[in-house]
Amino acid sequence: MTPGSPTEQRRSFGGATLRRAGLLVAGAVFVLWAVATLTFFAIRLIPGDPAQAILGGPGSQASQEALDQVRSDYGLDQPLIVQYFAMLGRLLTGDLGTSYALKLPVADLLAAQLGGTLLLSALSLVLAWVLALGLAIWSTGRGRIASAVGEGIEITAAALPHFWLAAVLIAVFSVALDWLPPVGTGTPAGFVLPVVTLAIPLAGFLAQVMRDSLLDAMQQPFVMSARARGESAAGLRVRHTIRHASLPAISLSGWALGWLLSGAVVVETIFAMPGLGRTLLQAVTLRDIPVVTGVVLLVALVYVLMTVLTDLAARIADPRLRQESGR
Amino acid sequence: MSDLELQQATAVSAAAHAPARRRGRMPRTGTLVAGAFVLFLLAATVAPELVATQDPNAISPVDAFQSPSPAHWFGTDESGRDIYSRIVAGTATSLLIGVAATAIGLALGLVLGVLASFGGRIVDFGVNRLVEVLFAFPGLLLALLVIVVYGPGPVTATVAVGLSTAPGYARIIRGQLVSIRSSQYVEAARVLGRSPARILARHVLPNALIPIFVLATLGIGQAIVWAAALSYLGLGAQPPAAEWGAMLAAGRTYLATAWWMTVFPGLMIVGTTIATTVLGRALTRRGRGER
Amino acid sequence: MTNTLAPVLEVAQLHVGFDGTEVVHGLDLTIMPGECVAIVGESGSGKSVTARALLGMAGADSRTSAKRLRIGGLDLGAASEREWRRERGRRAGLILQDALGSLDPLRTVGREIEDPLRIHLRLPASERRARVLQLLADVGMPDPASAVRRRSGELSGGLRQRALIAAAIALDPPLLIADEPTTALDVTVQARILALLDEIRERGTGVLLISHDLAVVSRMADRILVMREGRIIEQGPTGAVLESPREDYTRSLIAAVPAEVPRGVRLSASPVRAATPPGALPTISSAPHPAHDPAIVATPLLELSHLTKTFTVPGGRFTAVDDVSLSLHRGETLGLVGESGSGKTTLARLALALTMPDSGSVSFDGEEWSALDERRRRPTRHRIGAIYQDPLGSFDPRWNVGRLLDDAVRGAREAGTNDISAGPTAPVVAALLDQVGLAASVAGRRPLTLSGGQRQRVAIARALAGSPELLICDEPVSALDVTIQAQILDLLDDIQRQRGLALLFISHDLGVVHHMADRVAVMQAGRIVESGDADAVFARPEHPYTARLVADSPRLPR
Repeated sequence: MTPGSPTEQRRSFGGATLRRAGLLVAGAVFVLWAVATLTFFAIRLIPGDPAQAILGGPGSQASQEALDQVRSDYGLDQPLIVQYFAMLGRLLTGDLGTSYALKLPVADLLAAQLGGTLLLSALSLVLAWVLALGLAIWSTGRGRIASAVGEGIEITAAALPHFWLAAVLIAVFSVALDWLPPVGTGTPAGFVLPVVTLAIPLAGFLAQVMRDSLLDAMQQPFVMSARARGESAAGLRVRHTIRHASLPAISLSGWALGWLLSGAVVVETIFAMPGLGRTLLQAVTLRDIPVVTGVVLLVALVYVLMTVLTDLAARIADPRLRQESGR
Repeated sequence: MSDLELQQATAVSAAAHAPARRRGRMPRTGTLVAGAFVLFLLAATVAPELVATQDPNAISPVDAFQSPSPAHWFGTDESGRDIYSRIVAGTATSLLIGVAATAIGLALGLVLGVLASFGGRIVDFGVNRLVEVLFAFPGLLLALLVIVVYGPGPVTATVAVGLSTAPGYARIIRGQLVSIRSSQYVEAARVLGRSPARILARHVLPNALIPIFVLATLGIGQAIVWAAALSYLGLGAQPPAAEWGAMLAAGRTYLATAWWMTVFPGLMIVGTTIATTVLGRALTRRGRGER
Repeated sequence: MTNTLAPVLEVAQLHVGFDGTEVVHGLDLTIMPGECVAIVGESGSGKSVTARALLGMAGADSRTSAKRLRIGGLDLGAASEREWRRERGRRAGLILQDALGSLDPLRTVGREIEDPLRIHLRLPASERRARVLQLLADVGMPDPASAVRRRSGELSGGLRQRALIAAAIALDPPLLIADEPTTALDVTVQARILALLDEIRERGTGVLLISHDLAVVSRMADRILVMREGRIIEQGPTGAVLESPREDYTRSLIAAVPAEVPRGVRLSASPVRAATPPGALPTISSAPHPAHDPAIVATPLLELSHLTKTFTVPGGRFTAVDDVSLSLHRGETLGLVGESGSGKTTLARLALALTMPDSGSVSFDGEEWSALDERRRRPTRHRIGAIYQDPLGSFDPRWNVGRLLDDAVRGAREAGTNDISAGPTAPVVAALLDQVGLAASVAGRRPLTLSGGQRQRVAIARALAGSPELLICDEPVSALDVTIQAQILDLLDDIQRQRGLALLFISHDLGVVHHMADRVAVMQAGRIVESGDADAVFARPEHPYTARLVADSPRLPR
């Protein structure tokens, strides 16, 4: 027996969504704080002297004066807890520190890179959605062979590693056919291969989810009653089943964007495109701690924002979620 | 939702949607092919010298950059080494990295999941928040952070990949345990007067853990891909090693002239991932009383 | 005028098959305007497939053929999917059982009802909306103007079913097919939906009613067709079929309806099970039938006093059980009836001490039960058995029947009951299976591979393993076909008699409770509104709610 009568649930309808939004924002702030804290203390685990790293590593033979100077410049001579709160204070003003390697403010550095990566991810997300929905619709309701082909394509697509797919696409479309540039120049043509590389594996994952929910929806009694009213196959899809198939994929878009941002590390490197991913990889290789921290925080921020947005979008798309809220 | 949760959800749902007519005694063709591929991988791991056609490290500059031929099935690399044999030689490393990373992720996930579901409300709340925070380092991000701290290398890469899969496992394991603990058969055992310890040992753990091993099968493929990605970026196994990701990285320079150096190691990764997914789904179907 | 009436449905030799297996073998059926014809059958009889086939929707992998298939005068025997589509909704409407699932949860009720108008007619949008409001008013939807904006999840079961009916009759089709239209509904709601269908029939629509429940269809059908294994085995006017059935199967269906069959009269044709040989099952040789000992009768075996249980819900707290007091004596059956959400299951969980009351207490055999520490309660638990609606869910999916029963027997032994002698458990398991009428070979099977009736027998056997004095049965037969239900009820009756068990029997079905119970308690919104001797309560209900339940409960004319 489920407690709670339907009337009681209905009464808290609009308020529940507002309360939910408040909770989501509070959760997002908490996650960001925790990510900053976790990153800050993880970085302190690095063996060696950060001042040495700033001056180019142990091989640089920096003088004691230079080291002391760096320590006081970067606040490294302060107790850890003071450094921590100083970092949080700077974060609140949008100050992400100064790059060890480039000696530039990290915030400026990343601001210049963010747009490209977001554009790349957004385009890939849209393409993945279109591909996945197309495949899901094509492979359902057509018998066993289409269904098996659909499942095969999905599993294969989801298994494709970005770095290999990128290489194969370059080999075919840039080297053999010479249709598209092998590097991500700022031109639209330069975006094609990186976007496709990111989109195909994601489409594989999304298509699995969409096809499953499409199959689920098609077995629901409301499909039978809609058909009994004279609804056509196309009408069924447009008015009923596709909407149901989209719901879980909407909820997944937060995860998908995070996955794309992570994939951007590989794809931007292979296609030599400017962006957060390539900046992160270079910073990891050079152990440029402020830049690594900055990218991690920025990605966490984008991911958390997207999670909040998808949660609200899912509620708009599915009235049932609004009713269940607060349970 | 994480990739793992996605994989599990789709495997379960694919099993549910499997056509009823397929319920014969014979496994599906796809499952057989996947099984054969995994057997090949195991053979290459245990006895690479029997599966390989040549010495994987025999340098022969005369034979450099040969395209695939009956003598060199997958061609040769810049030093004239046989790529097929190097792939076979690299199987053990690549599989080991995938399996070890999965084991690390699973172990951590188990600890967190069991804590969350048995540790009371406060612990549950804490673990759930921790998992949420870890999810805010999507994909390779957490792995990259680990590498910044501990420096690149195959061991760090393995641990890093394991760590980044842990929150996904934790959430699934917690969900599994919570749903079984509130299931009707656990309640029925209580009504029969069974002690909590006995219910845990006889009902909760076996029913929760068996699907988790299936899940691990689904996870190994993804772990191999991630570890290979780190190798490819130069943060995992380094090029002289016959690891698949590292072989791909070495082939990158010669992509325009020697496509086989890139295509075949990558195909092995793709094949392994597909095989583990197909097998994981077949195991899920079996768990549901189908073949 | 009558001689000009053409049948709204004419079917001759309808065959439906899947994958070469025929499931409907040559069905003939004619329905006149304003006539209600019922097809009655148990699960797997082919009745639902027939309903779908009549609309050309048996499924993509099916083969349907008919010598004649005319709906509203139009021949659709060889219609293509495109032709069918043009006629569905216009010539025939379909109402399905599950109204929650039968309306798209993402769309408003108004859009769903508007669909047939939009698909088949060229009407301006404003006119369509006016028609939708009119239709909702016609089916008795309160406040149609706000109902159009609701989605199915926001409506109660009865209102959903009304909305679904409005969509089915939007184009005033000559034929309405209703497949189990009231099965998931509470009896009071069911009565109102049946009345609505009857109203539609009176306006001249031919109604094909499909149901597993003879009592439901006997209310409104003019003719009954009994379907079994894809064939109509008997048909005729409702009164004739019910009063003088020709076929044994029809007779067993009628006999299986428990309403007003006196307590102790068997519902199924199965023989009374002989008492198991003494020794194998020790309870039988235990204490003499307690009902004969007045000292024991004086203390109730189970006593619930002033139980209250609330749950937290978004709007505040919801009181599931509200100041309930009940007592149950040895050897007695207490029936608990109520509609969904009345708190029956919560009460059962309180009695089993699976959940704790906010106030009030449960005592068992004169001693504290609910207030006890779980550790101290555990050794006594085997004295109370539980049987659930969904037995499959109560079995560990990894275990086969033998292991399930073996575990229960061992559990009772470890609890230290004197009754069960030491020694191998296998003979005890075999005796338990025998007592519930299952073959010994069932021990090797998994519950998943058993039928619903067999599963419930296993559940009963498991509950008996601890030699209980009390069985708590929560909707034990509501998921079963009527003939299987009859067998399970007879089995519970036999076992109770042999072992002198007390039964707390919970059901939404008045007929079942009336047949089983000595005393009955009627529950509404968490409270017991009336209780007393079962025959007296059902014959002369005092509380208006009980009176409505009794009046609305479907029964066979006898």
